[in-house]
Amino acid sequence: MGEVTKLIHKYLRHDKKFPHVWCPGCGIGILLGSLIRAIDGCGFKKDEVVLVSGIGCTGRLPVYVDFNTLHTTHGRALAFATGIKLAKPQLKVIVVMGDGDAVAIGGNHFIHAARRNVDLKAVVVNNSVYGMTGGQYSPTTPYGAKTSTSPYFHIERPFKISELAIVSGASFVARSTVYHVKLLDELLKRAFLKKGFSVVEVISHCHTQYGKINRIGSAVDMLIWQREHAIPVDKAREMKEEELTDRFVIGVLQDRDFPTFEEEYEKVRKMAKKFTEI
Amino acid sequence: MRKKKKGKEVLLQGNEAIVEGAIRAGLKFFAGYPITPATEIAELLALKLPRIGGTFIQMEDEIASIAAVIGASLAGAKSMTATSGPGFSLMQENIGFAIMAEVPCVIVDCMRAGPSTGLPTSPSQGDVMQARWGTHGDHPIIVLCPSTVKECFSLTILAFNFSERFRIPVILLVDEIVAHMRENICLEDENIEIVNRVKPSVPPEWYIPYEDTPSGVPPMANFGDGYRYHVTGLTHDVKGFPTSRPEEVDPFIRRLFRKISQNFKELQLGESFETEDAEICIIAYGCVARSAKRACIEARQRGIRAGLLKLKTLWPFMRTEVEKVLQRARVVIVPEMNMGQISREVKRVNRGQSKVFTINKVDGTPITPEEILLKIKEVY
Repeated sequence: MGEVTKLIHKYLRHDKKFPHVWCPGCGIGILLGSLIRAIDGCGFKKDEVVLVSGIGCTGRLPVYVDFNTLHTTHGRALAFATGIKLAKPQLKVIVVMGDGDAVAIGGNHFIHAARRNVDLKAVVVNNSVYGMTGGQYSPTTPYGAKTSTSPYFHIERPFKISELAIVSGASFVARSTVYHVKLLDELLKRAFLKKGFSVVEVISHCHTQYGKINRIGSAVDMLIWQREHAIPVDKAREMKEEELTDRFVIGVLQDRDFPTFEEEYEKVRKMAKKFTEI
Repeated sequence: MRKKKKGKEVLLQGNEAIVEGAIRAGLKFFAGYPITPATEIAELLALKLPRIGGTFIQMEDEIASIAAVIGASLAGAKSMTATSGPGFSLMQENIGFAIMAEVPCVIVDCMRAGPSTGLPTSPSQGDVMQARWGTHGDHPIIVLCPSTVKECFSLTILAFNFSERFRIPVILLVDEIVAHMRENICLEDENIEIVNRVKPSVPPEWYIPYEDTPSGVPPMANFGDGYRYHVTGLTHDVKGFPTSRPEEVDPFIRRLFRKISQNFKELQLGESFETEDAEICIIAYGCVARSAKRACIEARQRGIRAGLLKLKTLWPFMRTEVEKVLQRARVVIVPEMNMGQISREVKRVNRGQSKVFTINKVDGTPITPEEILLKIKEVY
């Protein structure tokens, strides 16, 4: 049996009806493969992995894989995950979200989860648009782009998800694209093994909505766009700021150590037990 | 001085008694956001939960609080949050999630006068219908309402028991007066049964997470117990996977209702005071039931046969008990600190059997025994 077939048999749910909901050529399928390889590479047991998601195309990911899976309400995946992790810290809690899910409706939970440093792993698929509802603009839609709710041109400036995670206090922040899939495998694995709140931003594409209305072309054209606009972090250090305009940096953007919420709370428990009933 | 009973009596506030009840019921996780008049619950649990190995967390808002509570419950911890009107509004979507995914949890709503920011923090009973229908979609719900500090303790335990047994969020609707009132109660004498969720007895490969059972409540595996299954807010089939097939959707939604409706008798708790021969009967709940009882006593001293039916369960509505009162009494009075939320239900089941009068007070002050007595004399 080939390596891929083994992983399919081990991790995909056999009693779940395939095909999946994603359009042919979608980047989320690539991420799903990457996610499975990374979890397998970390050696986690299926019983100890909890995969949590919100709403949208990315929100549909957990249903296909054989872990403890939770498909929550829009934007709230990190808050649900916080409860799971604190109630059972031995679980490996991975949260997959889209850009609208993570930094629009769930923006408040995103920055506070980073600040609090609960040991959660956030994977944010950034395709610059609300795909499932028909291609409306999201907080990461570039200035000037056309979407179904900015039919003339988009007038807002986009969020930079990874940078937002860094300033909010995340322990580990990395970015890849679905084109750079080997890098994505490696970054996800590093994030999963890192202690503390870790974010992997995955630049993806929505050729069905965003690509079509902006005349970028097919899924392949959009993957090529990712290849041409991604700058590895080492190379970016040697480049001037103006050279990096309209491009994005991929690789590990932040890796630092803070005590997790769980570790700190354990100290609270110890101190609390010293005090007798008031 | 009052005579001491068997156990030690303590002077507790309603909110403090809720905390004691929750811990007695097995609370292990609390997530909340500061709001008056519910804050004492969070403060006290921040102090007490770490001592018993539990977890307290203050989240970024009420939406996150209820989400974390549901997450913790899925991982196996008995969980609770506490809030007031504005926060309760924010929680509604995820309360619907807990109903849909059948996740046990307890939500305390210390009612203050609304709408919106309203009168912080004057008492009100304005959230009765929100507790019933606040979240979107057709759904069952259990709502309990204490009127004494002792009931704050016992109904909190019951709220946990019901939520674990029926896999449904249970709302404890407390008005600001009961939440902040202090009374002597004895916690030690209480010998209350604690109910835990039924776990699957079959091996993981046989487990069907949303299978119909005679009770309508499927056994619940916690995350990490070796039963890997899917939990979603989408309408799902018996395996937990999303479905839109009418032949799967219909039995699922009906089961959600059936698991509650076939246990109405156990769920509907009330207390009758001199209703047997009452010509005039008052139906009340929360702090108003206290004023109503005093008014009944005073009416009887004046030769008026008045009685009281106190509702401890607001939802599912105690139709059978209320109907009995409506059949017996010539006149029924429903005093409420809102424009008529329970009285509408009383009128709905009345069908001309009795005359139903209301007292509605929405100025942020309590309904006094005198006001009820005045109404009794007026309609007698």
